[in-house]
Amino acid sequence: MKGMATKSTTVERARAAAEPGTLVLLCLAAWALPGAGHFWLGRRQKALVFFLALSMMFGIGLALQGRIFPFDFSEPLVALAAIANLGLGIPWAVARMAGQGAGTVTAVTYEYGNTFLIVSGLLNFLVILDAFDVAMGRK
Amino acid sequence: MTSHFLLMIVFACLVSVVFATLLRDEPRAQLRTGALMLGAFVAAALALGWLMYPLPL
Repeated sequence: MKGMATKSTTVERARAAAEPGTLVLLCLAAWALPGAGHFWLGRRQKALVFFLALSMMFGIGLALQGRIFPFDFSEPLVALAAIANLGLGIPWAVARMAGQGAGTVTAVTYEYGNTFLIVSGLLNFLVILDAFDVAMGRK
Repeated sequence: MTSHFLLMIVFACLVSVVFATLLRDEPRAQLRTGALMLGAFVAAALALGWLMYPLPL
C-alpha cells in the first residue's frame, strides 16, 4: 500500500514536470547539482547516489591535481574538455571561483585527475538526460 | 595516492555505481549490474594492459 502511494506520487510529479517551463527548470536544477533533477521527481535514492558519486569523482579529480580546462576554441580538444567539465554545474563554478583546478602538468596523477573531472561532467549530462526522460514519462 | 591500479579501481567503482543507478530501478538489480560492470571494467583493463605490455611506448 505504502509502495503504491509512493509510486503514484512519483508518477504525479513526473506528469507535473512534463510542462515545458518546468522541464527547463528541472534540467537546469539537474545540471546545477548532480541528482537534483531526480530528487525533484521523487526518486530520492537515485538522487543521493548521483550526488555522492559525482561529487566524489569531481573532488578526487581536483585532489589528483587535474585541470579544469578553459574555453579555448583555438584548441578543439581543450574546448571539448572544457564543455565536459561544465557538466557539473555548481561544483564546477565554485571550484573555478576558488581558484581550484589549475592543474599541475608535472604531477604523476595529472592525467588521472583530468579523467575524473571530465568523466564526472559527462556522466552528469547523462543524469540530466535520464531526469528529462523520467519527466517525459518515458521511464 | 599514486597507485595506478587503485586509481583505476576507484574510477571503475564510481562509474559502475552511476551507470547501474541509471540503468536499473530496483536496489538488488542495481547492485548486480554495478558488480558485473565493475568486474568487466577491471578485467578489461587488466587484459588490455597485458596485451599492450610488449608494445614499444
